[in-house]
Amino acid sequence: MQQQKESIPPAASLEGNKLPTSIGQVGIIAKYEILNYFRSRRFLILLAITLIIALALTVAIAYYGASSLAGSPLNALGFYAGWYSFAPTLIVVFCSVFFGGDAISGEFQNKTGYFLVGNPIRRSSIYIGKWIAAFLASLIIMGVYTAVTVVNGLYYLGTNIPSQYGEALVFTLVYLIAGLGFTFLFSSLFKSSSYSILVTIILLLFGFSIIDTLVTNLAHVEPWFSLSYGSGIVSNVFTVPYPPHQTSLTFGPGGGGGGAGLVQYIATIPEGLMIMLGYFVVTSILGLLLFERKEFN
Amino acid sequence: MEAQNLSKNYGSFTALSDLNLKIEGAKCVGFLGPNGAGKTTTLKIFTDMIRATKGKAMINDITVHENKRAALEHCGTLIESPEIYPSFTPKEALSFIAEIRGIPRAERSKRIDNALAEVKMEEWKDKKVGKFSKGMKQRINIASALLSEPDLIILDEPTTGLDPRGMAEVRDIVKSLKKRNRLIFMSSHLLPEVSDVCDEVAMIDHGKLLVYDTLSNVISRFSGDGSSTIIEAGFSKPIDDRITGIVSKAQGVISVEKMDSRNLKLKFAGGMEVQERLLEDLVSMRIGIISFRASGSALEDTYLNLIKDTL
Repeated sequence: MQQQKESIPPAASLEGNKLPTSIGQVGIIAKYEILNYFRSRRFLILLAITLIIALALTVAIAYYGASSLAGSPLNALGFYAGWYSFAPTLIVVFCSVFFGGDAISGEFQNKTGYFLVGNPIRRSSIYIGKWIAAFLASLIIMGVYTAVTVVNGLYYLGTNIPSQYGEALVFTLVYLIAGLGFTFLFSSLFKSSSYSILVTIILLLFGFSIIDTLVTNLAHVEPWFSLSYGSGIVSNVFTVPYPPHQTSLTFGPGGGGGGAGLVQYIATIPEGLMIMLGYFVVTSILGLLLFERKEFN
Repeated sequence: MEAQNLSKNYGSFTALSDLNLKIEGAKCVGFLGPNGAGKTTTLKIFTDMIRATKGKAMINDITVHENKRAALEHCGTLIESPEIYPSFTPKEALSFIAEIRGIPRAERSKRIDNALAEVKMEEWKDKKVGKFSKGMKQRINIASALLSEPDLIILDEPTTGLDPRGMAEVRDIVKSLKKRNRLIFMSSHLLPEVSDVCDEVAMIDHGKLLVYDTLSNVISRFSGDGSSTIIEAGFSKPIDDRITGIVSKAQGVISVEKMDSRNLKLKFAGGMEVQERLLEDLVSMRIGIISFRASGSALEDTYLNLIKDTL
């Protein structure tokens, strides 16, 4: 092999260029990802689904009366619990899947990653920036649903907003964070957008619930490792007093211990928060490590 | 840029095997090899798209994998044919890269306009990329690699998807970059393209570097039987038997082949000194010679000889 050395004048380049910090690059990625989301069909579809659900509820309540949801006399807790029993956790699942499902895998499948990764930017900045963009886009969707809920609440109940509603909103955000962490992990795992979207939607919609039921009823073990078990606090917070952690049900002949029994577990609020935050931390770290190691080939 | 014992395995398949290559200066280096030789693998390691199994890829003495931000700060890259978010316009896509690369806000717009003008895409700057042809997208990708005016430009088959005019324009861009003291490392399958724009060539096959030298040295060492050089000579008037006869009798000429009515392919023994004298002789014969250059097929001969030897 031959090597050639020559003295050359320095290239008159990069005058004034100053590479942003990695955190600055996270912000740039998030900014352009959000721009991309806003122009994408999926954002508009999810916004439309959310608006349809919220407006359908609004129309139904207007038609059947607020008492159909909040009892008579009108009970604020019942009203907000009723609204919350319908959609938010489902919307969180949709947001996670729509915005996170192919956030990373799409970069490989569609080759958009080739446009970005060859630049002086850490992959962690890309990952975190995309995560933030997905979170902010999801916040907008959640915000729309919350706004319609609150407007209805103000109309029927005035400013009587129960504290449980505020708690439920916070728990929903924690669930959203965990859900996005989870979908980003699977998005990093697969190079095909279809696989990552399919796997996450099955797991979030059905998988965890089935695991909860099987583990609780067959193994009689508390499903502390399940995201859906932890996210149960979002709706359980509306029950006053908060439901007991463990409930044993006995049915059939031979009472006094002779009948068949079922055990129901309800995550306590600290437990639910720990599970969801645990999911976020573990899946985010794993997803980031996978993305760091994944090859564009 | 420097590869030190660079190796890459995919299971039992060795894509790259102990590649050592150091390239410095302001010039264009062509990176040649057949499909699967390891060209793109090498370039992807240099841009941290894949990891080396062994060895180091360094730019400005910085190991790319260990400090990608610093290593690629002065480096523009185009690997394969990237896709751009279809909802973006070229202006937005380049703004994205400009911000990532820290081009000052005051200069951003001007730089983007210049880069788009360089790839002849200024009229499309506000149209959505989703409706662009492959060639148009590739032009935007080239603009993106040039945007920060980097010292080193890594191009992986940059003319892929371009029409003949686009290919010629890319060659002109590369030539102009050389004049601006840039180092261009470019893989290509198009040997005439490499002959036209590259000063040096590195040939690789089965993951191993076969040769790295100046274009003329590589051709003179490895084309034909290794002792002869092929030149294409153009004439201002149709070539008749008289001219062919005169040329074939010139000192050093081994054979003459008529390419078309106004071009001859000359094979002669010897190096650059003989080539220089041959040109002087042909001019002095006043037979209407108007061009005299290394044959496009000379590199092809060289390539085929080298690659054949490794089969």
